[in-house]
Amino acid sequence: MAGTWGRFNVVALVLGFAFLYLPIVLLIIFSFNESRLVTVWAGFSTRWYGEMLNNRGLLDAAWVTARVAFLSATVATVLGTMAAVALTRYVRFRGRLLFSGMVFAPLVMPEVITGLSLLLLFVAIGFDRGFATVTLAHITFSMCFVAVVVQSRLISFDESLEEAAMDLGATPAKAFFQVTLPVIMPAVIAGWMLAFTLSLDDLVIASFTSGPGATTLPMKIYSQVRLGVTPEINAVCTILIGIVAIGVIITSLVNKRREVLRRREEATP
Amino acid sequence: MKLLRRLFPAIGSRLVIAVPYLWLLCLFLIPFVIVFKISLSQVTIAMPPYMPVFGLEDGVSGFLEKLRGLSLENYVWLFGDPLYINAYLSSLYIAAVSTLLTLLVGYPLAYGMARAPANLRPLLLMMVILPFWTSFLIRVYAWIGILKPEGLLNQFLFFLGVIDEPLIILNTTRAVYIGIVYSYLPFMVLPLYATLEKMDYSLIEAAEDLGCTRLSAFWKITFPLSLPGIVAGCMLVFIPAVGEFVIPDLLGGPRTLMIGKTLWSEFFSNRDWPVASAVAIVLLMILVLPIVYFQRTQARAREQA
Amino acid sequence: MKSLGSTRRTFAPWADPDAKPFIRFENVSKRFGDFAAVDNLSLDIYEREFFALLGASGCGKTTLLRMLGGFERPTSGRILLDGQNMLGIPPHRRPVNMMFQSYALFPHMTVEGNIAFGLKQEGMPKAEIAERVQRMLKLVKLESFAKRKPHQLSGGQRQRVALARSLAKRPKVLLLDEPLGALDKKLREETQFELVDLQYELGLTFMVVTHDQEEAMTMADRIAVMDKGQVEQVAPPQEIYEAPASRFVADFVGSINMFEGTLIREAGGPQLKDRSGLAFDIADSGDASPGETAWLAVRPEKVRISRERPEVQNAIDGEVWDIAYFGDMTVYNVRLDDGRVVKASTINSLRRLEDALTWHDRAWISFSADAGVVLTR
Repeated sequence: MAGTWGRFNVVALVLGFAFLYLPIVLLIIFSFNESRLVTVWAGFSTRWYGEMLNNRGLLDAAWVTARVAFLSATVATVLGTMAAVALTRYVRFRGRLLFSGMVFAPLVMPEVITGLSLLLLFVAIGFDRGFATVTLAHITFSMCFVAVVVQSRLISFDESLEEAAMDLGATPAKAFFQVTLPVIMPAVIAGWMLAFTLSLDDLVIASFTSGPGATTLPMKIYSQVRLGVTPEINAVCTILIGIVAIGVIITSLVNKRREVLRRREEATP
Repeated sequence: MKLLRRLFPAIGSRLVIAVPYLWLLCLFLIPFVIVFKISLSQVTIAMPPYMPVFGLEDGVSGFLEKLRGLSLENYVWLFGDPLYINAYLSSLYIAAVSTLLTLLVGYPLAYGMARAPANLRPLLLMMVILPFWTSFLIRVYAWIGILKPEGLLNQFLFFLGVIDEPLIILNTTRAVYIGIVYSYLPFMVLPLYATLEKMDYSLIEAAEDLGCTRLSAFWKITFPLSLPGIVAGCMLVFIPAVGEFVIPDLLGGPRTLMIGKTLWSEFFSNRDWPVASAVAIVLLMILVLPIVYFQRTQARAREQA
Repeated sequence: MKSLGSTRRTFAPWADPDAKPFIRFENVSKRFGDFAAVDNLSLDIYEREFFALLGASGCGKTTLLRMLGGFERPTSGRILLDGQNMLGIPPHRRPVNMMFQSYALFPHMTVEGNIAFGLKQEGMPKAEIAERVQRMLKLVKLESFAKRKPHQLSGGQRQRVALARSLAKRPKVLLLDEPLGALDKKLREETQFELVDLQYELGLTFMVVTHDQEEAMTMADRIAVMDKGQVEQVAPPQEIYEAPASRFVADFVGSINMFEGTLIREAGGPQLKDRSGLAFDIADSGDASPGETAWLAVRPEKVRISRERPEVQNAIDGEVWDIAYFGDMTVYNVRLDDGRVVKASTINSLRRLEDALTWHDRAWISFSADAGVVLTR
């Protein structure tokens, strides 16, 4: 595998990852820029972080977003896991094709369509737009992502584990909660995190379904970005990236540790 | 499986299916019916800004009366105005070009990852997914500072002495291509990596053993066997890119026509909900075939696994 | 099996000092980091030979094969094929073909497409390809499966497609990596003979890697037993079994009783005196010189077991400790008074045996002076 293709692979990896990471790195660097001009370096400073903390509107939006994301991710994880179980375990039931269609379609559905359709639903049934509607909308599209993540884990799950539990006297529900769920837990957690970031991230659907008093952070950022790039927004973005990066690193470390422990247990009988 | 279904009490299993099913029915499928209905209505200055509005108090005769108020007028308007048709065509074109570009950038990356030492692969996979976890909006926003006329890319090129005057990229369609390729790259790389990684490397060795050079072994074996990944990746990029709003809005210029932007401005600026609905319905009609195709290939792949 | 054929009996180019080796490994080493998969190994293989590399996993046999195929580059040393140095020649330009352990059948091509693949790379005319593919299909008896895809075939059929594909280009040497490893026992036994017949008919040189000693014994003209990247012994199967060169070979191929002791020379001939004072008569002391530590290796089927003391010098008594009944034969583990266990196997030529030995019976084990081999390493 050495030789020209080996070199080709290394070059492809370096260029690919440079492309993926350079913009983010530059954004972080310039959040510490003294100057108001985002692209001209004028020395290190944390003043934009200070200004950000004094921006009431921004902080309110961040609080709304955090609550929406937490709530919607949690409900979406429950619903998405149920959908994944339904799709993996029950090969035939009436309307299965429609069901799997409704699970997969939102993954690729343009957000403008999802956003518009949900808004029109809320208007048609006379539901006041605000915190609740954004949360409902986020649950709906992120549960599909959770379903896909959990389903791929369930497919490789050895069903004889659950059968063994039932053979030993567990009820089906107990078998699920005491055997299946702990095994697929990493996927469920990954699903929750995905749902959380999707909600944290969403501009289009939130713009459609939100109402007065429920401005989310992406909406706030978007309205400021339209007016031009400011170091303050860079600072907000850096903090968001930091939160996500820490979350991802912690979960991967926990997973790795668990893996190491499991291996060690297997090694010593 | 059979045993399980027999043992699982009917109520529990029905609940597991019914709850998410009903949720998606109410919040995913029924809204489309409403969108369709409103696309047949007329715009008024009221809240909601369309008529007729159906209500339970109408009674049967009132319902029939209002039903007559629905018409295909908005669709006639849509297809009569070249602005909309051009926006659809241009969206499809931009999405297609961006998908191809994403494939060209993503394939070598996925290939490099799949051929990397096995102990490095989880890390590389993580590194591809990580940007996806950071906000989409932020990633698009980051490019503004790079692509601006006085931005970092131009500064860098000046520094190298490659250019004498700044390249105009921001607010053009080129910026939209860059934005889509950048934002959707993980969606392309992940399915490609999945198919390339599980491919048996001895197939390549067998091809070389039978007289292929490295390059011809790639075209005859690796490439055809990675087609499922290519199809999945392209679908994951193309379908949402057609309706993309944020990227053309922030990076594209006034001349960049994309249907997502058109829908957004019909809705938020013109407050013409019926036309916005008609735009959405037509967009959905265009995308329904690729969506169904995507859904079926995904479901099949999962059932085979 | 093959040594029964009359033409085969005279096939022994390795014994002919004028014969030119067809494949030659010269001081070949292959290191992966600190680990030497192949360690300064030299080996000659002759044209039309069915050569087997036998060893446990990780002994370097597959690496050796892959170096000949061109998939690994030797760290040092030379590999010559028909007098030509193979160094730096990529796999697609080598006149050898490989049958992969996983078969590596192209899943997106039919059986026909797989077999034709190598011929197409050569730019062979279409009509000729079609004709050659037909011939290959006939050879492996898969004519009616030409249009199938690999996943529609059974394991045995896939194995035959892989074989046909690697033979289609008429390579000078066919490399086979565990060719029968994925088949079940019955099919494996049948296929062994098919492979041997095929090799003989086509007059090709086969080099096969296997961890299965029976497979190597039934198929090969010569076997190289490998351990830790080195060749322990190269010899025809019978010699490997009856005259192993080292304790490793004796132990790896078949089962063995090993007595450690010192070689002494008595008036009646050489003897091996072991630590508990027993002295065994030996017919041939091999390389060992008097006073040297040596091992006497005796195969269980050459050890006799009886209730009464037999009339030979090499006899010890003990207690029947374990009996393993295999149907065609029975293996007795006899525990000597010093705790050592000696294996003796007997053919069950009679359906019923009155007064058969059973657990905890006292019994004598014995063997003749020429039953064992004296080993010095």
